[in-house]
Amino acid sequence: MTEGVVQLLTPEGEFRPHPDYPLEPDTDLLRALYRDIVLTRRNDVESTALQRTGELGLWCPVLGQEGVQVGAGHAMRPDDYGFTTYREVGLFQVRGVDPVELLQLYRGNSHASWDVDRVGLGLFTIVIGSHALHSVGYAMGIQRDGAAQAVLSCFGDGATSTGDVHEAMVFAATFAAPVVFLVQNNQWAISVPVSRQAHAPLSQRAAGYGIPSLRIDGNDVFAGLAVTRAALDYAREGAGPTFIEAMTYRRGAHTTSDDPTRYRAETEVEQWAALDPLDRLVRYMESVGALDEDFVAVVQAEADAMGERIRDAIRGMPDPEPMGMFDDVYAEPHPQVEADRRAFADYLQAGSA
Amino acid sequence: MTSMTMVQALNAGLRRSMENDPRVLLMGEDIGPLGGVFRVTDGLQKDFGEQRVVDTPLAESGIVGTAIGLAMRGYRPVVEIQFDGFVFPAFDQIVTMVAKHHYRSSGVTPMPIVIRIPYGGGIGAVEHHSESPEAYFAHTPGLRVLTPSDAAEAYVTIQQAIASDDPVIYLEPKRRYWDRAEVDDVSPISGGPWSSRVLRTGSDVTLVGYGPMVRTMLESADAASEDGIDCSVIDLRTLSPLDLDPVFDDVRRTGRCVVVHEAPVVLGIGAEVAARVTRECFFHLEAPVERVGGAFIPYPPNRYEKHYLPSVDRIMDAVDQVMAT
Repeated sequence: MTEGVVQLLTPEGEFRPHPDYPLEPDTDLLRALYRDIVLTRRNDVESTALQRTGELGLWCPVLGQEGVQVGAGHAMRPDDYGFTTYREVGLFQVRGVDPVELLQLYRGNSHASWDVDRVGLGLFTIVIGSHALHSVGYAMGIQRDGAAQAVLSCFGDGATSTGDVHEAMVFAATFAAPVVFLVQNNQWAISVPVSRQAHAPLSQRAAGYGIPSLRIDGNDVFAGLAVTRAALDYAREGAGPTFIEAMTYRRGAHTTSDDPTRYRAETEVEQWAALDPLDRLVRYMESVGALDEDFVAVVQAEADAMGERIRDAIRGMPDPEPMGMFDDVYAEPHPQVEADRRAFADYLQAGSA
Repeated sequence: MTSMTMVQALNAGLRRSMENDPRVLLMGEDIGPLGGVFRVTDGLQKDFGEQRVVDTPLAESGIVGTAIGLAMRGYRPVVEIQFDGFVFPAFDQIVTMVAKHHYRSSGVTPMPIVIRIPYGGGIGAVEHHSESPEAYFAHTPGLRVLTPSDAAEAYVTIQQAIASDDPVIYLEPKRRYWDRAEVDDVSPISGGPWSSRVLRTGSDVTLVGYGPMVRTMLESADAASEDGIDCSVIDLRTLSPLDLDPVFDDVRRTGRCVVVHEAPVVLGIGAEVAARVTRECFFHLEAPVERVGGAFIPYPPNRYEKHYLPSVDRIMDAVDQVMAT
């Protein structure tokens, strides 16, 4: 890692406490982080396999980015709120999104499917960067409620080129909104390297908005946790937004429809594999005696059971009833939708008669 | 009853909504101390504070995007877009999120946002200040589209729009902002705004329009009556949903229909009205439905607008056309 990047856990598994970002990694915390990364990774593998066997239309692999995601998820308080991209599988895991709920979307049964109030995560937006503004608006609502809560707003390096992210920075700074922007710089926006988005470190942009910023090692779950927690505390105290650039790498394809061999070298992927977030956590846990065989076996069994549950649920998931597509277009009855609903019901009725 | 301009009526309606519901807040450019470029929000920041009347940065996507987040948090934002031509930077947020979010959340999260847009021409403005973008919004499932035609309508329908749990594109006909009417600001508001209004019943031709064209249609009906032609005038008021049953009933009597709007005729609201009138009233029609509106050109420099905008004379031409067949 380069100079100026906050790192608490080295790739070799050495814990280096940071004076500004305190962290006491006791065994319970270490095991929780380990479990969440392992389950996230298993979800990724199972979902990719389900796409390959035709059960899902698409999947967005997360391999390589689990460190910062799981760390940031643990930094959030239960009543904090998050806005994410589609790739935040680690955050979904920590916040309790049921993988089966999530996969209904990729199967095409539903546009979105988890209980936003229960998990405290808004539905992700697929138009890149647009949710950065929703994050700021939600945070402005928290301000008006006088609540001690904060918003985590996750997006990628590609999104930083959008106008909406720029406007989100302007609004957040202007209103001192309690929001933390967490940019996962995974080096690639589909096939385009980050050099096509920026000629200076992304974190430097924040200075122009008057927003404090820093770079962290995104493959370091400790840094993801400690730095995001400090930034959320800062926001909750009314001090305003923070911009965190997490340096990480998308080791898989952009989606299951992508072919990364067309645009990047395998050697690059291998270099980042050596910086794997789980490997370094395992090394540290072994060095402090926090990872015994029994615990590993328990998590493995949990991952196996989750995989089986996902497979069973998705493979057996029936198509939705056709009339369901007319539901929920409006909160209050709309005569045009109702007319179209009746016409389609008549059509179905006539066909079955 | 109080005599008010449409601007005053909107101001009074916004004030009433803010008094009735602490979750209602206003957002937009220059809506604070200035009171908006048309003064629709005059005095509201002074009375309700900066937390509820928010002077925003100059960024339309940012205004609508943050309104979405506030709506997710339980607020009911009323957004002012300064002019029609400035709504397009926010078009993505409106179409992809405001319109779809209730649907994509399976009905969990409503989007009770009102987006007020002064629209239409006729005030001698510069480019991007005179457009009629209603068809884009009425074509988008998930949005409702309302447009008042006078001050009394504005006072009531702005409050109804704010009370709706659905997002409402609220199009204010800026050339009628200074028209006065008697406004009932005492009686409680009942019913909804989602119906068209029959303003005048005639026997020969049904004139159908909305917003700024309602006054022009009424003037046209007066002119036609001098020629012995008896016109009905119907104000659609709601463009999504469209309420066309009163139009069908009327056309079944008159057998003739002329639809009027400022927006280009091609693929405009009038195309939908004409198609449906043709289907529902086919055996009653004495003539094809005529449409009067803008040519298929961008809104022209304002020295042309008296030629571009539908006038009494152009509406009378269409009336003569349907009477001649």
